[in-house]
Amino acid sequence: MLIGHFNYWIVVVLMMIGLYIVIAHGNLIKKIVGLVIFQTSVFIFYISMAKVDGGTAPILADDISQYSNPLPHVLILTAIVVGIATTALALSLVVRIKEEYGSIEEQKIQSQDNLSQDKLSQENLSQDNKILVNQSQINQYQTSQAQENQIQEYQQDGKHR
Amino acid sequence: MDFVIIIASGLCLFIGSFLCVVGGIGILRFPDFYTRMHAVGVTETLGAGLILIGLMIISSDLLVFAKLVMVLLLTLLIGPTTSHVLAKAAFVNGLAPKLNSNSHEKNDIEQLSNEENDSSNS
Amino acid sequence: MLLGIYGLLSAIFFVAMDAVDVAFTEAAVGAGISSLLMLVAITMTGRNENTTRHKPISALFIVIITGGLLLYGTFDMPYFGAVEASINSHVVPRYINDSMQEIGIPNIVTSVLASYRAFDTFGEVVVIFTAGIGVLALLSVGRRPKDDDKIASINDSMSEQYLVVRIVTKMLIPFIMLFALYVQFHGDFGPGGGFQAGVIFAAAIILYAMLFGLSTANKVINQTFIELMAALGVLLYGCVGIVSLLNGGNFFDFNVLSNDPIAGQHLGIILIELGVGCTVASVMILIFFNFAGRKELQNNNSNKNEESC
Repeated sequence: MLIGHFNYWIVVVLMMIGLYIVIAHGNLIKKIVGLVIFQTSVFIFYISMAKVDGGTAPILADDISQYSNPLPHVLILTAIVVGIATTALALSLVVRIKEEYGSIEEQKIQSQDNLSQDKLSQENLSQDNKILVNQSQINQYQTSQAQENQIQEYQQDGKHR
Repeated sequence: MDFVIIIASGLCLFIGSFLCVVGGIGILRFPDFYTRMHAVGVTETLGAGLILIGLMIISSDLLVFAKLVMVLLLTLLIGPTTSHVLAKAAFVNGLAPKLNSNSHEKNDIEQLSNEENDSSNS
Repeated sequence: MLLGIYGLLSAIFFVAMDAVDVAFTEAAVGAGISSLLMLVAITMTGRNENTTRHKPISALFIVIITGGLLLYGTFDMPYFGAVEASINSHVVPRYINDSMQEIGIPNIVTSVLASYRAFDTFGEVVVIFTAGIGVLALLSVGRRPKDDDKIASINDSMSEQYLVVRIVTKMLIPFIMLFALYVQFHGDFGPGGGFQAGVIFAAAIILYAMLFGLSTANKVINQTFIELMAALGVLLYGCVGIVSLLNGGNFFDFNVLSNDPIAGQHLGIILIELGVGCTVASVMILIFFNFAGRKELQNNNSNKNEESC
């Protein structure tokens, strides 16, 4: 029972290796390598499901009666080329990240992002502070004006009486 | 006659695969990059060629025979070129061969590598 | 480097699984283009890595749990190579039995890819085209300054060093292109088709660009022309579908493209594979040219910084 399933085990092992590389390494290029390993494990999964005992390649010939399943071949054929195109896009993203941030370590990129985020929020805070300070100054001025007006009224009332 | 053909092709295939294995052992056991390239370049080309010749002898179809001839020609062309390119790239970028303490050869190698670096930089 | 070995091993595995088309593609793409792109990217981003300070125990834990769950999930799947597995019994017998009468080409994979499932292939081609546009958007260099004299002098001084390789390459490149054309048009009868042919053709052009310099390759094949060809491939593919709509059938229904349904299928398949080959080749060449051009830009900037300091 178990021996019949060994191809799925290999697929799961490769998949887990790829997943581990993506999660546990900080270097962006290594993450991309992990993704490639993951992709290939999925291809092997489909192609091993397509194999039929005693079948041959799915090209019609006169003396062959049993063929392997051609449908997964079709899906994986396009998937391989699309995989390389998306890997190329990921690699170009990494190249640009290296140019902008100066490093491809996840920690350093994250800390640079946090720094710039802190700087931005600090600027916002200081602008808010300035607005608040101005507002309180205006309030103080207005209250002092009101107080002077009241004092003048009392004095005039006092003069009247 | 059939028997002779099958024996001949079996012999070619066997010698070819034996040479490929020898090339693999050479990669593992030789001490230096250049000696390894030499081992691989010679044995792999001849090994692949003999395997192809063995297949050509028992090929049933003229079309298969013609395709195998093309593959043999291309292998004979590409194999030595690849080892040449690798060795040249290593030499230009400064990898020096490991020599015995023989001062003549060391001076010659240093002169040659200096010339290569100058012509590539200027 | 190991990616090349990995790709070749998977190609051998695919041959053992009777998947010859897939093995062809994996050998061309995985062992060729993939390791090349990795090398170029590593050239631009550095070879060293910070060692992690913490042991990733939690990642290992997650991976082991997920692996265990997946293994548990595979217990119900059919055995390896079972003839009566459910994936072999619904749509596939129709493809295998009726492909010769309905479409008339021996390679079942090509007939499924290009005729029965042409719409999926259209989507894949558009995805490849989009990836090419993405790389263009991220890495394109713009108008390169015309310093022809400097480049010509570099080429002359290098030509002695690379003499052997240049001559061998000049002999080889016509054969590679011829092989790409053979694979493209022979995809009906043996393993092959548009995807593999596009990758092999791109490999020939990339070989030329690597050995003779990017600017010489630009003079031979203009980057604008390649961008045009990429778009033309997708356009050709879509237009075949629209023409079949205009002739009264469904989208991508090739039976109506000509008087005889079988001839219509043949015509449709040839045109579609041509479109696929054009787009795949152009996108691969574009990706390589942009990576290499970016590297040249980085080199030029660092040289200028050194000169100014």
